[in-house]
Order: sequence, then structure tokens, then C-alpha cells
Amino acid sequence: MHAPGPESKKRLLRLRLNGRWREDAVLETDLLVDYLREVARLTGTKTGCDGGECGACTVLVDGEAVPSCITLAVRCGGRSVETIESLATQGRLSRLQRAFHEKLGAQCGFCTPGMIMAAEALLRRNPAPAEDEIRAALSGNLCRCTGYVKIIESVQAAMGAAHDR
Amino acid sequence: MTADAVIGRKPPRRRVPLIDGIEKVIGRARYTADLDHADALVGRILRSPVSHGDILTLDVSRARALEGVVAVVTGDDCDHTFGVLPIAMNEYPLARGRVRYRGEPVAAIAAVDAETAERALGLIELKIRELQAYYTSDAARAEDAVLLHDNKPGNVEREVHHQFGDIDLGFAAADLVREETFCCAEVNHAQIEPHASLAEFDPLAGRLTVQTVSQVGYYLHLMLARCLDMEPSQIRVIKPFIGGGFGARVETLNFEIVTALLARAAAGKVLMVLSREETFITHRARPHTDIRLKLGMNKKGRLTACELQVVQRGGAYAGYGIITILYAGSLLHGIYDIPAVKYDGYRIYANLPPCGAMRGHGSVDTRHAFECLVDRMARELELDPFVVRRANLLASPTRTMNDLMINSYGLAECLDRVELASKWKERIGRMPPGKGLGMACSHYVSGAAKPIHFTGEPHAVVNLKLDFDGGVTALTGAADIGQGSSTMLAIAVAETLDISLERVRVISADTAITPKDNGAYSSRITFMVGNAAIDAARKLKALLVATAARKLEARPEDVDCVNETFCVGSGNQSALPFADVVAAALIDEGAISIKGTFTCPPESQGGKHRGGAVGATMGFSYAAQVVEVDVDETTGQVKVEKVWVALDCGHAINPLAVEGQIQGSVWMGMGQALSEETRYLDGLPAHASMLEYRMPTIMDSPPIETHIVETHDPYGPLGAKEASEGALAGFPPALINAVANAIGIDLKELPATPDRVMDALIQRRRQARLAHTLKAAS
Repeated sequence: MHAPGPESKKRLLRLRLNGRWREDAVLETDLLVDYLREVARLTGTKTGCDGGECGACTVLVDGEAVPSCITLAVRCGGRSVETIESLATQGRLSRLQRAFHEKLGAQCGFCTPGMIMAAEALLRRNPAPAEDEIRAALSGNLCRCTGYVKIIESVQAAMGAAHDR
Repeated sequence: MTADAVIGRKPPRRRVPLIDGIEKVIGRARYTADLDHADALVGRILRSPVSHGDILTLDVSRARALEGVVAVVTGDDCDHTFGVLPIAMNEYPLARGRVRYRGEPVAAIAAVDAETAERALGLIELKIRELQAYYTSDAARAEDAVLLHDNKPGNVEREVHHQFGDIDLGFAAADLVREETFCCAEVNHAQIEPHASLAEFDPLAGRLTVQTVSQVGYYLHLMLARCLDMEPSQIRVIKPFIGGGFGARVETLNFEIVTALLARAAAGKVLMVLSREETFITHRARPHTDIRLKLGMNKKGRLTACELQVVQRGGAYAGYGIITILYAGSLLHGIYDIPAVKYDGYRIYANLPPCGAMRGHGSVDTRHAFECLVDRMARELELDPFVVRRANLLASPTRTMNDLMINSYGLAECLDRVELASKWKERIGRMPPGKGLGMACSHYVSGAAKPIHFTGEPHAVVNLKLDFDGGVTALTGAADIGQGSSTMLAIAVAETLDISLERVRVISADTAITPKDNGAYSSRITFMVGNAAIDAARKLKALLVATAARKLEARPEDVDCVNETFCVGSGNQSALPFADVVAAALIDEGAISIKGTFTCPPESQGGKHRGGAVGATMGFSYAAQVVEVDVDETTGQVKVEKVWVALDCGHAINPLAVEGQIQGSVWMGMGQALSEETRYLDGLPAHASMLEYRMPTIMDSPPIETHIVETHDPYGPLGAKEASEGALAGFPPALINAVANAIGIDLKELPATPDRVMDALIQRRRQARLAHTLKAAS
């Protein structure tokens, strides 16, 4: 292995990731998705395109859905980042996770984490969205398996449903 | 809409979520790029910057010398070709001597990190003497064209000429004969997971382990052994979770072999994750297809003859090409009763990424032309499109002229369902301006009755293990790529044994553990692997029943297992729980391993004519669909308002999954019909991103109402046939027919993008003006 060059300019990133504060050394150029996957080892967040086109990498930053593949990790300093791994708590699926599972909103599952996080952001700000609001909120998330029919049904099933007990 | 559309048994069939679904929704499912690669090197590929040329210099010495570079491989490191058919393997993992498309792999690097690997790529010196390149079938077929492959004159990979019935007699008997041309753009699978491969070579044991996105692990295993000159027993191919396939990963892909070559050269572990652009360049999807179709029809709508010419621009290497061009002709058959059929097919080499298999393999563009022309002729004869389809139905069981078996046939019921559901009779001819209805039918095979890599072995093998824990583990080589095949397998085993689904575990696609399987292609898994699983489960059940009978002091034929309880007769007197019977059986047997197999008999394997095996299957699925569109004549934008689709899948083992497959396939057909196409500028892909390759988003995606028709196929597992591909091919023609219904324009090209629709509208206006002017002048 070669030694890192003297030009290495890492800075300390302090953020709240899935509810827990942590600190890591990152480059200013590191993307949030790479930080999540390679540093924090949270591989639920996916990369499906070459930047900002497919939505598979969607995570929540301060509650807002953002594509982590075009977000710099250092921009998340002091902020709260949530990934798909945060939704199931104490062995319980979230309402969206349960609905996507039971209604077959996920087939191959690759777009699913991003899709669920985008839907999560929607339901937090609008607990009972109309169908066109669901479509608008998920319009940046591509799926190649479902034709979206069962994705819409999944979000609708999750609406208003309490967390799994 | 759909659950009640299934005529269920009692009690109602369960709609079963995927057995691996929870892992997907919680983000724990590990796809190739998610696997532990902390100690892996990073792989990168140098690709040809030109479309066609001879490599004059390939000097990797400076790259090799860069600190942090561990391995460099080029065409010199592998002198074996790979491919699909043994007779048509003409592709090297890394180009040797000549490059034939822009983006073809030329060299590869394994380095300690991505930055180093990319810097090393820039240090490779590559000089290529360019040759004339061909980007269309016509250009490649020109008399003086340079040959891409010396043994293929005219750049024709394969010509097919099939004729069944008396074609002249057929056309002579017609009241109406029409001939038209169609052009279908090349499209891509665009599965959301980019290609990736993780290869580990253990130099001490001499073993190679590859985890990769393959739909057909065993075939990759064989190709790795071939290309790396390794003993197959020293290789292991494991399928992690796979983010969609649709045919993209049916054939062995160059980067998979390249990653393995790097791992061996580095004596370690290499992760290769392709960019989206590289994933597009790897291609292997549906070719650009030019079609000339001539049909004869009598006044009642009965078809009398069909003459089809198909030219497919296959790209630079053989891949699946021969199979695709054969499918395009053979699957003219098997859906309607046509007295005479002539087919001429041409698969052409061109300097573009190789095409391959994609959902609806070979059948889609042919079906498109056919269903469009049938509709246009029906209009001329003033016949309803449904009437014309009904006039040409097959009677099952039967054998087609090209010797395909038809064992169950639910097309008539599919037609009835969608005609009723869409209120076709009430609405057709009464649609408001700009709105239209169109319909079409389609079909597909439930697996190739003669496998592409024919060995004479059974078509599918499933092993069941029953052990001390009372769990039944199904071992299968079949790759679940998101279509839910492992769930299907678990249901088939649980239903046969009448045990709870939770008791069944499926381990899939690891060549060191699971029995060989021909893989996830041609919709074979439900039919073939499902049947093998049921065979194994029946044998296991017989063994357990025999044990229970001894304990119950009854005759085995009087003992059954109902809901995990073995009982005699109605079970009121003596009954044994499953766990007790398992414990008793283990005393005799030890851990129980049972094998089930399935074989398609020779009579199902197609005709004796050359290429006659392609298209042969034990069970065809059938679909009919109605598409409602809204066409904006000021912008040319076509909007799909709703789709009604009915699919005869024999028996829906899991109605939830069947609906998902029908919706997904119809929607994929919609993408091809409306907006998807690959485009190249001098061989440079202009579509190689998710923005430029325009698949429909959730905003463009209509409600798709599914209806499941169950014909209970005599050979299908629990009566089932395929459900994942059959409905795709009907969408493009149903859409084009709906556009014709809406604005009176018959489009010749796919996709029906706004520019194409506007061109047709403008042309019509011009012609109208010209006619008006001529009339005024005279």
C-alpha cells in the first residue's frame, strides 16, 4: 500500500447520523453517499447513476429528502442525517417499510431505500398526500421493476398507518 | 381490482410478500457493491476511444510503474473468447488486436484506490489505426464494407429463412393484402443497479471466488474457467442480491471476466463497479430493428398469409444474436392460427456495443409490427380489432406449423376480460378528440424447452434438505434477481408439503452449494425450477408419510399431511405433528437430502429445421391489453391515461407477485413505446445516463389494471406458466393503435416521441394542403 500523500487535507466532520453524533475525518470533496457507504458502512443507501439522476441515494438531511450523491459530506456538519437503516427501530418496521414489503412496492429492492426515504420526507410534512402529491414527491426516484403502481399503493397504505406494533 | 379478478381455490390463495422483502426495505440486502470490500483493490477499465480500428500500440509500462497499482491486464492476458453459443463466441474480455466499438475494454487496472486506478488509466499509451466504422445495418451490409469478423461476409452474423405453409396460396386467398415497414429503436434494460463484480483469487489454494450481478451464475462459472484456463472445480460464483436484470446479465459480461483476471494478477481481491455510462456501454439489450411485414386477410378478418423480414443491428459481437434473430421469426407462431408464414431474418454486425437478450427476447419488435398491421387492415375492412383477433385464435392443445407445443391457451379469455374492463364496446368510436383506445395481444415462452447451452441434463434440479431443526431448506441455482423466484420456490415447496411457508428457507445461486441451474432467462424459473421443486417436495412428502404411517400403524396411502399434521383419513383419531414425524424419519435416515428434477421431453423441444429449437417451450403465456391515450396535437406529446391488461399465466402461484410482474412488463413496454431509445453519435453513446435514456418516471406512469386468467396448464407447476414477459410486447402496438385511433396517424417508428408525432402531423398537414392546392388548380 502506498502512503497517503502529504497533501491530504481531511477535516473533521461532526454530524448526527441516524440519531447518534459522530465525528469522522473526510475530504472536502467527499460525497455524502461515499461517506455513508464507505466510512459509516451504511450500505442501504445506493448509487444507481453517475450523479443526481436516479434517486437511489436519497437520504434525509434535517428531515428533507436529498440525493446524497450530489451532496458534499462536509455540508452536513452539525446537521442530522437519516438513512434507511434508521427507520426500523427495536425490530419494528416503519409504516412505509411494512407497506413496501406487504404491497410489493419493492421487487429487486435497489431503488427501495431511496424511494422509502423520499416517501418518508413526504409523509412527515404531509401525512395524507393526494396521489398527485405522492407522484410529485417521488418523481426524482426511478424504479425499473414495478411500473410504480405498487409503489403508489405502498405509500397510500402507509398513510396514517401507525408504526408496526 | 386484481385480487378479486383471480378465480381462487378455497381457501383463497395467499398474496405472499417476497421472502427476502424485509431485507430490502430495511436496507440490509447486500448487492455486489455493498459486499465487504475493505481489503479489496479498486478495478478500472480503459476503453477504446474509437469505434473500429487496429491496435498499434498498447503500452502499460508507465501505469504498471505507478505507486499503488497492483495489477494491469490487457488482451495479452487472455487469448480465449467468450460468448453464448459455442459456435459463436467471438468476443475477448479485453480487445486483442482490433477494437470494434467505442467503449470496448482494452486494458484494466487494479489499484489501492480509485484515484490511483484512474490516474494509471491515463498513463496507458494506446494507439489505434482507425478503420471505417458502421453504425447502421445498411452501412454494414454495403458491398465494400470492411468486415468486423473475417468469417462473416457482408457483416451478416446470421441469416434465417423459414417458410411454413403455402405462402402464395395464402396471399391469393386474401381479400386484402397490405405491406408496411416498421422501425423500432434500440432500447436498454436500464436496471437501476449499475454493473458490479467482486472477485477474489486465493493464490495459496489456487481458487477463485466471484460475487457478481449475473442472472446465470453457472454459465459465468464456465466462461471464467475457459478464459482463465482454470479447472472449473477451483471456481465459485455467488449471486448476492441483484438490482434487476431484464436480460442484461443473462450472458457473461466482459467486465466480470476482466475483474477475475485482475484478481488473479493481483493475487487478491478486486471490486469493479461500473459507472452508469459504462453500464449502458456494456449494453446486450434489444437491437435496432427494421421490419417489413406483409399480411393477407379475408373479409372476416381471418389471416391467410404472413411474410416477415427482420433486420437487426446486432452490434459488434455475437452474444445472443443468433437466438434473437431466430426468436423474431419463430414467435410469429404460437399465438394465432396463420395458414402460411414466411420469415427472413438478418442479424448484422455493426460498430456499436453488442446487443443481447432483453425482456420479451426477440419477440417484441416482431409483435409490434404484426399487431399494428393487423389493426390497420381491420380498420380498412371495417372490422373491430377484437373481432379480428378472435377470428384467428388457436385451439389448444395443438402444435404450430413450426412445431411448437401449445398446451394451454387463454387468449380468448384475456380478450374478453380487457374488452369488458375497458368498456371497449361502449367507448370505441366515441372517444373525444385527441383521445384514443388501442389494443394488442402478445405471448411468451415459459423457458426454452431446449436450453441454449445444451448438455442433455435435466432442465432443472432442486435439492431439499430436512434436518434436526425441522426446517426445509431448498437449494437452487436459480437466480432471484428481484422477480421473486425464491418466493415462488418456497411457496411451491410449502404447498406441496402442506407446511407453513416460514418453515422453508431458500438458498439460491452459489455454484459451490446449489445445484446447477440454467439461470434466470426466458422466464424459465417458475415453470422448470418450480416443477423440480414440486418433484423434490413430493418425494420428501412420500418419505415422511411412510414414516408417519409406520408410527400410526396405517397404510401410507391412507396417511396425508394437512397443515403440518400427519393423519389417517380425516385425522380425527390419530395424528402426528410434523416435528415428531421429522424426528422419527431422521432416526432412519439421518439428515434428509432429496433431489427433484424437471426435464422438457424431446417432443417439446421444437422442430427439426435449422434453428427450430428456438421458441419451443412447454407453456406459452398469453396477454391482451387495451391502452387509452391522450395525444396533444400542438406538442406531439402522447400521454397514457390507463392500461387494462389480462395475462394467462396458467395459475398464479402468488397473485401478488404475478400482478407485480405484469405491471412491470407492461410498463417496460410503455417505455419502449413512448420514450426510450439509445442513440449514438459516431459510435459515442448519447443516451448513457438516466436523464438522457428516457424511461418513464412516476409522473408518466398510468394506472395498470391487471387481470389474471388461469388456464391451469397441464405441465406447469400447480398449473402455472410464466408471468414476467408475456404482456410486454403488446404494449407498443396497443399504444400505436391508440394513437391512430386518437389522431388518425399510423406511426411507423418506435418510440412515439413528440418529435416523431409532430413530424407525422406536419407531414399530414402538408399533404392535405398539397391536395387542396392541386384540387384548386385543377
